[in-house]
Amino acid sequence: MSLRVFVPCETTALSLGAGDVATLISREAEARGLEIELVRNGSRGLFWLEPLVEVDDGTGRRAFGPVDTADVASLLDSHFGDDHPLALGPTDELPWLKQQQRVTFARLGVTDPVSLNDYRATGGFDGLHNALELTPQQLVDKVKASGLRGRGGAAFPTGIKWQTVLDAAGAQKYIVCNADEGDSGTFADRLVMECDPYMLIEGMIIAGLAVGATQGYIYLREEYPLAHRHLDLAIARAEAAGYLGNNIQNSGRAFALEVRLGAGAYICGEETSLLESLEGKRGMVRAKPPLPAIEGLFGLPTVVNNVLSLAAVPSILRDGPEHYAGFGVERSRGTLPFQLAGNIAQGGLVELAFGHSLRELIEDFGGGSASGRPVRAVQVGGPLGAYLSPAQFDTALDYEAFSAIGAVLGHGGVVVFDDSVDMAEQARFSMEFCVEESCGKCTPCRIGSTRGVEVIDRIMRGENRDANMALLEDLCDTMIQGSLCAMGGMTPFPVKSAYTLFPEDFQRQGGEA
Amino acid sequence: MDETQAGVPDTVETIVTSLKHKPGALLPILHGIQDHLGYIPDDAIPVIARALRITAADVHGVVSFYHYFRSEQPGRHVVELCRAEACQARGARALEAHAKARLGVDYGQTTTDRSITLKPVYCLGNCATGPSVRVGEHIKGRMDPARFDRLVDDLTTYKLELN
Repeated sequence: MSLRVFVPCETTALSLGAGDVATLISREAEARGLEIELVRNGSRGLFWLEPLVEVDDGTGRRAFGPVDTADVASLLDSHFGDDHPLALGPTDELPWLKQQQRVTFARLGVTDPVSLNDYRATGGFDGLHNALELTPQQLVDKVKASGLRGRGGAAFPTGIKWQTVLDAAGAQKYIVCNADEGDSGTFADRLVMECDPYMLIEGMIIAGLAVGATQGYIYLREEYPLAHRHLDLAIARAEAAGYLGNNIQNSGRAFALEVRLGAGAYICGEETSLLESLEGKRGMVRAKPPLPAIEGLFGLPTVVNNVLSLAAVPSILRDGPEHYAGFGVERSRGTLPFQLAGNIAQGGLVELAFGHSLRELIEDFGGGSASGRPVRAVQVGGPLGAYLSPAQFDTALDYEAFSAIGAVLGHGGVVVFDDSVDMAEQARFSMEFCVEESCGKCTPCRIGSTRGVEVIDRIMRGENRDANMALLEDLCDTMIQGSLCAMGGMTPFPVKSAYTLFPEDFQRQGGEA
Repeated sequence: MDETQAGVPDTVETIVTSLKHKPGALLPILHGIQDHLGYIPDDAIPVIARALRITAADVHGVVSFYHYFRSEQPGRHVVELCRAEACQARGARALEAHAKARLGVDYGQTTTDRSITLKPVYCLGNCATGPSVRVGEHIKGRMDPARFDRLVDDLTTYKLELN
């Protein structure tokens, strides 16, 4: 057989030159009269090895990386030999990959993301076929039994949310996928959409069948152009193959799906603000109740789920809820994809059952900082998540354990900083980000964040430090207690953790850099 | 009424007409216009408002709310620097200072030769290989001042292909 060569078509791989590497491999193979089949797969999520090129001569896939354009000629000259300096051996044996529990991300980097055949050959649409045999209540019960909780950050049980929408009366109901993954340090949603878009589509169709919704929207952030392209292509192909439309696989059931683009507003990741935006308005947060499950998009019952929640659904319907619930601990069931980011030697996607420690993640998987300097702080759960110090690294990675130390697991993003970080600057940035991104509806968030920047500036200049620290603490409490949503209500988390765990950074003399 | 429409390019009319029937059509319409023209001209606002039966103030409010929409023609290239935490941890603050100095502009401004508009962005999802920069559809990782300078040279130089 001819040699199959895999070069990822995924944002991080492309950002490091995978596009040029793919072009050059084709050209150089042709020049040598070597017959190859070039496959543009997704990424395996081992980002420090990107562009990660794989080859399969019929004996299994072997990996090479990171491949620069300058390496292509020698790779071909060696016939992708195991003695090439970039050879990493069989891909499935890479310890970083082997030690993970890839459930949601089982297909990541293995398949061509937009190939329907690849998707079907790897268990795709099996869950949907099972779902078409079940009643809506049976479907909701399966999701409840799996213990799946919302993966967007709030961890609300998905089955309960679906039950509410199923029970709500409405001529039209909607499934809305929150794909506004705005948290710094997170890219798991992007990987699903770029590398396995049919899985999300299948999850949304099943959600529609479960609650009686016939229209779905994926609210995608504008910052993800490749995810947009892959989703649009996958939706068109799924339609053509009868998975979407008025008669899903000749079942007489209907579901239509459309991607809607956001426009660079972080607040639209908040579900009510997202719904306003989908309706064509400013992304202003709504007061709850009414819950979106009762009065959501256009005032009608709406399931709003994160990409990862919906992406977990096909495997729950294919392998059974018990299989999914078999991973994890206590009330944190299933797996969570952690995203190792920032100043990390081996960054990327690590899907694990709940219950491992943060230290395993940072040291064993991450290999410490990229700079080689000591790790000083880690921010978990996005820009609204608390900073943690190395003393807290033995905390178990589950929702309850994080909550117990005043931190949030959120969407599983882990941003590592080395000892060159200035935590007063980071605290200031948290407030500044809130100034930029507040929707402006409530005063604690809109005005509080601006005052927060000013107070931290005074502290950094050494002006009336004690009085200003007291003021900052007071301001944080006001924002936490008085804000309408998590934007203002959680912005103080990183700020408070910064001055509590790293007080020395707030005590420099005025003018000292 | 017709005077206001006279200055509006046909593209605006075409886009509004083709999308106005969608539920929640305003964002798709604004995206369509910005994709075609590079910005949302003021002249487009009354056209959109009339088609959607909302006020011009409503449309303006939406355009100004979202960071992505702009009311003025940008430079030939829009260069976005990621300012978020994961990129900060890899030197984004230093890169930001370098980029502003090199281009002689602040965020939201366009270089005097109209070649580059500099914008901040909060996360491109490329968080394990930052600092990240976006130019159009392309995202570039592990950016440092030297690579940034090469990127700017590439964007501002017209290349002559010899073969």
